[in-house]
Amino acid sequence: MARITLDGIAHSYPRSATMALQPLNHVWEQGRAYALLGPSGCGKTTLLNIISGLISPSQGRVLFDGKDVTLLPTEQRNIAQVFQFPVIYDTMTVGENLAFPLKNRRMERSAIRARVAEIAELLDLTGDLPRRARALTVEAKQKVSLGRGLVRADVAAMLFDEPLTVIDPALKWHLRSKLKAVHRALDLLMIYVTHDQVEALTFADEVVVMKDGRVLQVASPAQLFERPEHTFVGYFIGSPGMNLMAAKVSDHVAHVSGQDIELGARYPKIKNGDAVIGFRPDFASLSPEGGIPVQVRRIEDLGRRRLARVALGPHEIFANVPEGVSIGGGQAGLTIQQDRLFVYVDDELVLGDRR
Amino acid sequence: MDKPLNNRAWFMVAPVFVLVLFSALLPMMTVVNYSVQDSLGQNQFFWNGDAWFRDLLNPSTEIGARFSDALLRNLSFSLVTLAIEVPLGIAVALCLPRGGWTVGPLLVIIALPMLIPWNVIGTMWQIFSRADIGLFGAALTGLGLHYNVTQNAISAWCTIVVIDVWHWTPLIVLLTYAGLRAIPDAYYQAARIDAASRWATFVNIELPKLQKVLVIAILLRFMQTFMIYTEPFVVTGGGPGSATTFLSIDLVKIALGQVDLGPAAAVSLVYNLITLTICWIFFTIMTQLDRRRYA
Repeated sequence: MARITLDGIAHSYPRSATMALQPLNHVWEQGRAYALLGPSGCGKTTLLNIISGLISPSQGRVLFDGKDVTLLPTEQRNIAQVFQFPVIYDTMTVGENLAFPLKNRRMERSAIRARVAEIAELLDLTGDLPRRARALTVEAKQKVSLGRGLVRADVAAMLFDEPLTVIDPALKWHLRSKLKAVHRALDLLMIYVTHDQVEALTFADEVVVMKDGRVLQVASPAQLFERPEHTFVGYFIGSPGMNLMAAKVSDHVAHVSGQDIELGARYPKIKNGDAVIGFRPDFASLSPEGGIPVQVRRIEDLGRRRLARVALGPHEIFANVPEGVSIGGGQAGLTIQQDRLFVYVDDELVLGDRR
Repeated sequence: MDKPLNNRAWFMVAPVFVLVLFSALLPMMTVVNYSVQDSLGQNQFFWNGDAWFRDLLNPSTEIGARFSDALLRNLSFSLVTLAIEVPLGIAVALCLPRGGWTVGPLLVIIALPMLIPWNVIGTMWQIFSRADIGLFGAALTGLGLHYNVTQNAISAWCTIVVIDVWHWTPLIVLLTYAGLRAIPDAYYQAARIDAASRWATFVNIELPKLQKVLVIAILLRFMQTFMIYTEPFVVTGGGPGSATTFLSIDLVKIALGQVDLGPAAAVSLVYNLITLTICWIFFTIMTQLDRRRYA
């Protein structure tokens, strides 16, 4: 039970010129579920290992409830971690596996038994307690390694390092909903590392999007979708991702390959007017006439909705085809919701003056 | 489907058959042949049935007593060396760094004794253990110990054991080190998070993961120690008395020293059978372990 504060944390590995993790300040609140989302090698596992104490950061401090633990080893930090593949003790039964962290902390035997029974109940492992852990399925093994973290009642945070990587896709959903249930039942701080946006968006209250060692945006899944603060967040999240086009912005109009697009806000301060405009396909619709003229390349019927792939000059973009509208091909008109149209300079969101 | 039948294809197998005949079958059968015959010299042989074998397996006969003594000596030698080499090898492997530039040079230095030919090892130690000019022998004598390889059975035994430990512990170290490196980091991290002590980590993670590698290491070392010949031959000559006369030393004494071809052949066959049986037991254990793992 704790709140974890990262105070100017940064890290670079020895003999490596680049920073694995750029300076970062963040507070992880007790009881919330966070996801660290980003492509491979973006520094999310490094960040997780700094929190768990497996790596000590090159700069900055880690505080647990205000207490500096930067130099404390893992075993004194009271965190629990679940790894990519299940880590179980082969020679022990499921029950012994679950009891192991408590036994090492010299807890009383009857208390251990009670706590193990409680956690096994929570994870549906009660029937497996006397079985050899080695004989379980991968999914059950992963539950055992989760359980080894949960048995400790005083655990400050539960960390997950892509815990569903080796799980059968059909069972992923099951284990993920188990994790959510555990989170609700135990009121723990959970930090979940993944490169899968669906996992991140369904698991977390708040998602930390990372790239090249930098935190790009910390926001709820809805905010990430509706208002990406970085072009990478725009196209990494969502399927398909955000439409991004280089544009010349002058005041409230963006010029994109001969077309003028009304931005609905004034951007007087952009140097030379060089910017990128972005909008999600979900907030742009296609109609036979009116709007910005575009070339229709292809219409994809996704069942629930129809998605058009259109060309605006050299840019290929996606847009919604509203129900009841039929598009023949060739020319069509694109309408973009102005409050969902964003301007980015150097990949960062620039706020306009909406009046 | 119509398969053409052509028995002439058997000729294709003939070269292999001839090769196996000359490399394995004929030498083996010569030994079998000697083991059931007796000779009074001048290359005159006559049928002796299973008499050599009955003598050999009966400890009250002269040859039987010799054989059972040598076998016992050999088994206890294997046990003693394994009991020292396996824990020592594991301990050294655990002390080696897990990465960095020192690993390469360290492994080469550790592996060096294994690269020296047996005869050279024997000769080195023969000189090394001499009380007058050998560093080892002189040092022990200087410390006031009664150390004499040629006269004291305990000295001779200990020297042979020390040679074998020095020569072959590196093999265990290398195998164990490879096994240890194959354990993913996450296991060690999990152990730290679970606040496992160093000993608990060793017993619950490292040792179970090393099981297979160790079975192979023990099998290899057992076979090598069970067939030991050169070191006692060069350093002690099987003595003092017959204190270090192991099976292969005794076999050479019977076959080449006394030219008792019949008993020597019988000893060879029984020796061979024991080796095969032990191999088979190890093989069974290994496959059982595999089956349990994937059950």
